[in-house]
Order: sequence, then structure tokens, then C-alpha cells
Amino acid sequence: MLQNFVMPDLYPAAPEIFLLLMSFLVLFVDLVFGATHRWIAAMLTVITLLGCAALTLVTSDGQTTLTFSNMFVDDLLSDFLKLMSYLAVIMMLVYSRQYLSDRGLDRGEFYVLVLYATLGMMVMISAASLLTMYLGLELMSLSLYGLVAIDRESRRATEAAMKYFVLGALASGLLLYGMSMIYGATGSLEIGGVAQALYQGHSEKPVLIFGLVFLVAGIAFKLGLVPFHMWIPDVYHGAPTAVTMFIGSAPKLAAFAMALRLLVYGLFGLAMDWQKMLLIMAVLSIGLGNLAAIAQSNIKRMLAYSAISHMGYMVLGLMAGVIGGQIDPFTAVNAYSSALYYTVAYVLMSLGAFGMVLLLSRAGYEAENLEDFKGLNQRSPWFAAMMLIIMFSMAGIPFFIGFFAKFAVLLAAIKAGYTAVAVIAVMFSLIGAFYYLRVVKLMYFDAPVDSAPIAAGLDLRVMLSLNGLAIAAFGLFPDAVMLVCTTTLMRSL
Amino acid sequence: MKSQLLSLAIWVPILGALPVFWLGSERRTLVRWLSLAVAITGFLVTIPLYTGFDTSTAGMQFFEQVPWITRFNVQYMLGVDGISMPFILLNSLITVLVVLAGWEVIEDKQAQYMGAFLVMSGLMNGIFCALDGVLFYVFFEASLIPMYIIIGAWGGPNRVYAAIKFFLYTLLGSLLMLVALIWLFLESGGSFNILDWHHLRIGMAPQILIFIAFLVSFAVKVPMWPVHTWLPDAHVEAPTGGSVVLAAIALKLGAYGFVRFSLPIVPDASHHLAPLMIALSLIAVIYIGFVALVQTDMKKLIAYSSISHMGFVTLGFFIFNQIGIEGALVQMISHGFVSAAMFLCVGVMYDRMHSRMIADYGGVVNTMPKFSALFVFFAMANSGLPATSGFVGEFMVILGAIKFNFWVGFAAATTLILGAAYTLWMIKRVVFGAVGNDHVAKLKDIGGREFLVLGLLAVCVLAMGLYPFPFTEVMHASVDNLLKHVAASKL
Repeated sequence: MLQNFVMPDLYPAAPEIFLLLMSFLVLFVDLVFGATHRWIAAMLTVITLLGCAALTLVTSDGQTTLTFSNMFVDDLLSDFLKLMSYLAVIMMLVYSRQYLSDRGLDRGEFYVLVLYATLGMMVMISAASLLTMYLGLELMSLSLYGLVAIDRESRRATEAAMKYFVLGALASGLLLYGMSMIYGATGSLEIGGVAQALYQGHSEKPVLIFGLVFLVAGIAFKLGLVPFHMWIPDVYHGAPTAVTMFIGSAPKLAAFAMALRLLVYGLFGLAMDWQKMLLIMAVLSIGLGNLAAIAQSNIKRMLAYSAISHMGYMVLGLMAGVIGGQIDPFTAVNAYSSALYYTVAYVLMSLGAFGMVLLLSRAGYEAENLEDFKGLNQRSPWFAAMMLIIMFSMAGIPFFIGFFAKFAVLLAAIKAGYTAVAVIAVMFSLIGAFYYLRVVKLMYFDAPVDSAPIAAGLDLRVMLSLNGLAIAAFGLFPDAVMLVCTTTLMRSL
Repeated sequence: MKSQLLSLAIWVPILGALPVFWLGSERRTLVRWLSLAVAITGFLVTIPLYTGFDTSTAGMQFFEQVPWITRFNVQYMLGVDGISMPFILLNSLITVLVVLAGWEVIEDKQAQYMGAFLVMSGLMNGIFCALDGVLFYVFFEASLIPMYIIIGAWGGPNRVYAAIKFFLYTLLGSLLMLVALIWLFLESGGSFNILDWHHLRIGMAPQILIFIAFLVSFAVKVPMWPVHTWLPDAHVEAPTGGSVVLAAIALKLGAYGFVRFSLPIVPDASHHLAPLMIALSLIAVIYIGFVALVQTDMKKLIAYSSISHMGFVTLGFFIFNQIGIEGALVQMISHGFVSAAMFLCVGVMYDRMHSRMIADYGGVVNTMPKFSALFVFFAMANSGLPATSGFVGEFMVILGAIKFNFWVGFAAATTLILGAAYTLWMIKRVVFGAVGNDHVAKLKDIGGREFLVLGLLAVCVLAMGLYPFPFTEVMHASVDNLLKHVAASKL
């Protein structure tokens, strides 16, 4: 048997391998210095991610390379999504440093779990086989369950982690079941092989559709689309804000990669079927997310429902790739790159919004109610302006990146003939504008109830300012990011 | 030579607002003078637009074009014709006046107040000169943000309600327009150029849908009956400067949209639905005129009077003849001066008495003679007295309407009675008669700064009323061209 073994080409997976090795180092360092010098672990984590970024850049040649017996792919899309994920995780670490240390949560476990979750995302992003996808997903999800419960003292967090775990495990089960069906029908675990089998058309359609339904359900759970959204508000609310920020950012990129790899790379032949499913879930998510967000008084819950609606908008782009059964590469690239652009834009806005929550929190106080934003303009005009930018961007008001993201997906949807859906979507974004406006109202029109000075450290302030200004700058000059998204997809599809 | 004037008109106020914000509220004197300097510079850079304007052509002048979003072929494309150019000047002038009007009365967060108006001014200039659908939309929506803050942060007791109502109402309209713009982009084979769309052939059914999408958007902004209800709320609650900008400029954006989008892009639908538009306009003129008559709050009265006057503008557009459209455009500019002046006058009294109720006044002329003279003059202009600018536009529209259909013209002409009735009755109760109460007896007449602001507007109103030629001259070629587009079927 041994002579059949071929040493896989490790080069394309260099960032993953590096991250894994470094995570051992972080564990070890934490064991030795954890009690006295907690910052070392944090520092090492950031260095690890920067190293991964460097490796990703170095190994990126713009070519699509398969390795590990065609189970792992390194292409431009994976490089781009990974770089974005590192960025999101690094931003999250900078944002949450003080929050964690105030609450004694900056233990080594936190950083190791963050690294493993990131590794899981990277594997998902680079998955070229159903099995790799599942492994990456589980690695990410299990680390996230642990992170939600990192504050052992908090009952709410433990409850949220339990809910997340039970529902997440169910979703993983659904996904796995769907994968087995697909495997049964096509005889291949490789995503490319599945596509090939569909193209030849020998597979049994009922089995395929059956599997597809479960697959879509699993993806929808990870994206948080209605009706698989139940975990989002509770987990966002229950988890420590730093962890909420983490869940609300980089994993969305991984979930997007999962949707793209499974549905577009693998099951493109069934596009007309899964587009219909996505359509229904998109409309429901946009509707429910925006309506339910109005009723929230807790900003983390509000942002959770807003996340549901945002993922709904993103899916508008994802479901517009194939028009009337005609496969046109240009249309497909256009539609999927608009969804990619939306995801990137959303991650940037989501990080900023949770960054604001962290900014207002301090030792022993969680600023997670909308009331805490009252009169922020008097306490700090600069950060009130940043929140104004983030909120209007999320509402899809120009000149901010959120508008151009919505514009791109709406354009894709209308091009695919879903004009009525687009009208529904914009009407719900009108409803959505209300709760974003309410935050602005609290900051600018009301008097502060909390007059304590903002205690956040310089790192958070600088990061938040950069984040807010980036949302504005990428709104004034949206061309670059859009072109990167388009080129990435063009060269990797 | 490539002209950058339009870019300057947009970005001088916006970039100038940044140091104003940065100065913060402590350094009030510096903030005021800097804001004034920025506003005046903003106005000065627009003057060459008028002096260098070529009246013989309908083409776009001071043209600028830079690719902005290559992925969707969106261009940063600016240009003005005879229709849009006057509004840029008007807007920049009004901004100077607004800065002066907020000089002393705004005590809270003055830097943000001034900055918001400067940003607003730049964004509105952007709306008037954008020739790209997306660019237009972006300016159109972005201008909601400063206005929302202005109403909500410096407004009256019910400001939050008014601000949110204002924002959501206008957003409702513009979102549908966005869908229509995207549809036009796809239909035209990938162009957001508004001028390209003027030559696009569109079937009747889509034309009607596009017309409705634009109608919702612009009707809310104008505002036309029955989607006008946000305006009285917004006006009443907004600070004086906010009311002035809303009435003088923001309302014109909707009307401008009709001329730039609805009429030339979907002319067949415009003709088809013209009876509806004329009916809505006449309802605004007559019914809202009556509503204005019964108001007890001066600002509300002027707000309703604005709706009624804007009804004239939409009427002028949809009777499709030269004199009607030019009259409507003159009416827009005139209303910009007159309504701004009226709101400033109410603001002057409000600053002293902190009341807008007609019943709280009486005999103001005894204590404020200089002010009363100006106020009465503007009231005359508001009711369309000949030799004031208010008369010129109304007269032209009525002439056009009579050409179109006698009874439409007849109905429109009732505004001369109604307008005079509600304005002059208010004047009678507020300005004339015996001194109403102790507070009025203690009033101090206007100072130099207020006199300067109102006097400047009075000169404009009078000049436009006596010799409107410089205003209409620049419009002729563009209106001719517009009518050509409207007359040609795009089916």
C-alpha cells in the first residue's frame, strides 16, 4: 500500500500549516507565561495571522492548484477570502483586547480557539471536496461554540453556547446527510467531480434534489437565513461582545465560500433549482430581519437581526447567476462578484458596529442597550460621526460602501429578471432604515444618560476611526474593491 | 480648456465643512467666520457659471467627465444647461444667507449646524449638475443625511418625529427610483448616462412603470398632494435655516427631477398621465390653498403655501408648452427667494418671541417698522403681486394653462385670490392693528445682519419681478430642446 502513497504538494496549504504550527506555540507560550504576561499570546496570534497573510500572498500565483488528492484548492478566490478573514480577525483582536482583559477573558484558550476557528474557515474557503468542507466547517463551528462559552461565569453565554451547539450540530447533520445523497447520486466527493457528473447527466435527479435541499439548509444555517436563523439573535446577544464581533465577521466570509464552492462550483447544473430556494429564503430573511430588528432594544440583538437581513441581500446576488437556464459566464461572474462584494462590505460594517459597542463598554459595564448610545454626539462627536457612517452605510444610504453593495446585488437581481423581488427588497430596506435612523437619533437628538468619559484605549480608537473612514472612503471610491471582487471571481470560476 | 467649476461648486462647501466640524463648538466666532468664508467662496465659484454661460445652445456646459465605477460604467459626469444652472447659483446664495441667519440664534453645537448646511449645499449642487443616473441618485439620497440631522438636532419640540418622517418619506420615493435607474441601465445596454437615456426607445408599459417610479420619488420631494404631509411637519419643527433650505432648494429637487428624468425619458407616459398630473397639481393649488387659509401657525401656513406654489410648478411642466415650462422654472426660482424670505421673517420673530402662533402677535409694525416693511413686501411677492418675482412665474404658467385648456387656466388662476387671501390675512393679524400684547410691545427691530439678509432677498425678488429677462434668457434654448424631446415619441 505504501508505494501508492504520494506525498501531497504542501506548498498551496502553507498558510494553514503555518497557522497550525503557530497555534501549538501559542498554547505552549500561554502555559509558560500565561499567568504573568498575557499579552504575549495575543501578540503571537496577531503575528501568526500576519505571517499567514504573508504566506498567502507569497504562494498566490493566480493559478488554480489542487492538492491533497484534489481535496484542497488554492485559487485567487481562496487567497482573497483568506486575506479578508485574516484582516477581520486581526481587527477583531485589536478591538477586543481591552474588553477581554477587563473581564479576564484574555486567556490562552481564547487565542487558540480563535486561531482554530480561523483555520477552520481557511479549510472551508479552500475546500475542493465535500469532506474537506465538512471538516473545515466543524473545526470552525466547534471552536466558535467554545468561544461563545468562554465566559464560564455568565449563564447567558453558556445558554447561548448550548443553543448554538445544538442547532449547529443539527445543521451539520443536515449538511452531512445532503452530502451523502450527493455522493450517492454522483459517485464523487470531489466538488469538481460532482460538477462533472452533473454535466454528464447520468445522475438520478430526485436523489440529487433531495441532497440539494439538505445542503442548502446547511448553508442557510451558517449564513443565518430565515428559516434557519433562530440561533443568530440568541448567540449574538448571549456571547461576550468580542466573540459576537468575531462570529459576525470572518465566518460570514467562510459561509459565503461554502455557498459558492458547493452550489456554484459543485452543483451549478442544478442552479435553476437552488436559485428558487435561495430566492424564498432571501425574501424571508430581508423581511423578517428588518421587521424584527425594529422591536429590539438591545443593540447586539438589533445587529443580529440586521445581519439576517444583510445576508438576505447578499443572497440576492448569489441567486442571480443563471438566467432562465442559460449559462452565461459574464452574468455569472457579475452576480457572484456582487454577492462577494456585499459580503466584504458587510464584514467591514459589522466589525465597525460591534467596535462601537466595545468602545462604549468598560470594566464592569456592558454598553449593549440602545440607550447607551444616547447623546453620544455630546460625549464624543468624532465617534458619533463614525457610528453615523456605519449606520447609514448599513441602511444603504450613499456615499458609503453599504449603498454600493446593495446597488450591486440589486443590479444583479434586476438583470436576472427579479424586478419584483428587487422592489420588495428595497421596500424592506426602507423599513430597515428606520432602526438605523433610530440609533442616529439617539446619538444626535437625545441628551446623554451616561456621562462617563469613554474609557477605550488608543488601539481601539484608532482601529474604529480607520474602520469608519474606510467605509466612507470605499463609498466615495468604490471602484477598487468592486474590481478586485470581479477579477477574483473571473479568474477562479 | 477643461472646466472644473462644477466640481468646485460641489466640493468647496463640502470640504470647507470639514475644518468647521473640526473647530468644534467652543470657538464660536472662528466657526461663524470660517463658515461664512466657505459659503461665500462657494457662491463666488458659481458666478462664472452665469457669466460664462452660452445662451445659444441647449447642450451641457462646463462639462466634466471622469470614470467613477468602471464595473458598472458609472461616470462622474457633470454639466449644466439653462434649466439647472440657475439653481446652483440660487442654492449657493441661499447657503450664504442661511449661515448669516444662524449667526447668533444657534447656540448649541454651532459648528455642526454650520457644517451640516455647508455639506447640504454641496450635495444639492451635485444633484443639479449630475448627468449620470447613479451620481444623481447618490447626491439625491446623501442630501437626506444632513437635513435629517438639522431637523432632528436643532428643531422644535416634535423634531424627532418630523425628522424621521421626512427621512423615511423621501427615502421611500428614491428607492423606487433606484430600481427604475437600474432598469434603464440594463435597457440602454449598460449606460447610466442620463443624456443617453433621452434617446432610448421604451415601450409603453415600461414607460408607465418608470414614470410611476419617478413620480413617487419626485412627488414626495416636491411635494405633491397627497404625499405632502411630511412637509408641514418638517417645516414647523426645523430650525429657521432648515426651513429655508427645505423650501428654497430641497423642494426644487423634485420638480427638477421631472424635467431631467420623467419628461424627456418617458415622454409618452408623461403625455398619457398628464391629466392625472394636472389634476394633482390643481388639487395642490386650490385645496392646499384653502388648507393654508385656516392655519394658526405661521410656519405651517407658509409650508402649505409652498405646496400650493409647487403645484403651479408641476402644472407648468405637464401642460407641455414653452411658456408653461419656462413659467414653472421662473416660479421655482422665485419661490426659492420668496419662501426663503418668508421663513427668515418668521424666524426673526420667533427668535424674539419664541412663538410661531399668529394669535400671539398683532401690531408688530408699531415696534418693528423696518422689519414689517420687508415682511409685507415678501408677503406681497408670495401672493403674486405684479412687479415682484412671484407674479412673473404665476402669470406665465396661467397663460400656458389657458393655451392648453381654458378651465385648467381658470382653476389655476384662483391661486391669485387664494394666495392673496391667506398671506395677507396673516399679515393683517400679525403685522397690523394695535399692539397685541406686552411681548410685542417689547420687540426690538431687526439689526444690521438681519437687514442685510432680508434686504438682499428683497432686491432679488424685485429685480426678478421688474426685469425677468436675464433669468428667462438662459432657459430658452434648454426648454426648446426639452420640448423637442417631449414631443418626440419614444415608443
